[in-house]
Amino acid sequence: MSESFKLEIVNPESSFLSKDSVSEVVVPAFEGEMGILKNHVSIISFLKPGIVRVFEGSNEENYYVDDGILEFKNNCLSILTSNIFDVKKVDKNVLKDTLSKAEQDSQKNDVSDQKKYLLDQKIEVLRSLNLN
Amino acid sequence: MASLDDLKKRISSVKSTQKITKAMKMVAASKLRRAQESAEKGRPYSDKMNNIILNLSSSVTDKENSPKLLIGSGEDKVHLCVVMTSDRGLCGGFNTNIIKKAKSFFQKISKNGKTLKIITVGSKGYDQLKRSFKDNIIEKISFKDSKYANYFDADKVGKIIIDKFEKNEFDVCTIFYNQFKNVITQVPQEQQIIPLKTNNIDKNSSEDNYEFEPEEDEILNNLLPKNISTQIFRAMLENSASEQGSRMSAMDNATRNAGEMVDKLTIQYNRSRQAAITKELIEIISGAESL
Repeated sequence: MSESFKLEIVNPESSFLSKDSVSEVVVPAFEGEMGILKNHVSIISFLKPGIVRVFEGSNEENYYVDDGILEFKNNCLSILTSNIFDVKKVDKNVLKDTLSKAEQDSQKNDVSDQKKYLLDQKIEVLRSLNLN
Repeated sequence: MASLDDLKKRISSVKSTQKITKAMKMVAASKLRRAQESAEKGRPYSDKMNNIILNLSSSVTDKENSPKLLIGSGEDKVHLCVVMTSDRGLCGGFNTNIIKKAKSFFQKISKNGKTLKIITVGSKGYDQLKRSFKDNIIEKISFKDSKYANYFDADKVGKIIIDKFEKNEFDVCTIFYNQFKNVITQVPQEQQIIPLKTNNIDKNSSEDNYEFEPEEDEILNNLLPKNISTQIFRAMLENSASEQGSRMSAMDNATRNAGEMVDKLTIQYNRSRQAAITKELIEIISGAESL
């Protein structure tokens, strides 16, 4: 396939996912969602909490990420993240725990604006996952 | 000469020691496989992270205003050393090697008239350093409760370091750990993490033009603290693999030595038994002859 590129997602413990031919990846970049296709210009960016959508042919896979860094270079997309899970396979209890922890954190008064923004994002995304 | 009974007791005690060391070796071997695996799995993350940071730092044009974590505080007076050791003993020269390396570094620093501060990670390091460097140790951290090295713990250490850096408590930070080469060789390492050393920038990679979103500075500011945790995590993984490897070979040696000792003692035991029998026979014969 000529319209595909390489994707690699790693977390500190291991290489989480590695695919050779994905057609499109939509990532929750810090300044808004970003779709990446083949021959995208080299880019380094940040991720905020959200869903990474990976399109491979007609397949679509969704992964939740807490944070991360993204690097695209020579048609190879690397995503470094500290916390990631597959939306379909995740345990509902884990989801609930993460959500309630985020809610507690955002209730605290000493969080900075940026952190609060990220936490709110996280809560929103997690809630939408819980509904499904 | 020891009596037969004493020898018997010694043989059985050496045998039971051998059993223990053998069991410890087995346990270390199975833990080693796991630790080695996770050390290898963790490498891509820290390598990638390093790469991105190198790319970023080479594209930062305004060196003066770049983040302090990258260029340092501009001074070189107070050194913080993070010495990473194990929480358990009986692992051969594992801890001693790190401490030795660290101590020679400490001496170099104090010779140059700089201030030394130490953070120990792992209780064994603290035990060995507290005798001669008690006043320099500002913090001791131990992860006795976590079974395996995990990122969460590394992040905690990283946050402590960054917190201290932001309070201007030190200028240069170096970590000490054992790099895992193979089961019998572990190389003690010193690695400077603040300011970050960027002298090994690949010439090719710096030619890439990246687009940044948001700005370089902002990315760097967010990335550098993470990088510190990542480096520490990597050191922890290497360390735990080294620890198990070192323990395995130490226990293997101990088992072998115990085996040799049992052999030697058994020969001695048999000889003295034979001697006793002969002696008794002579006594009987000479008794019979005298009649």
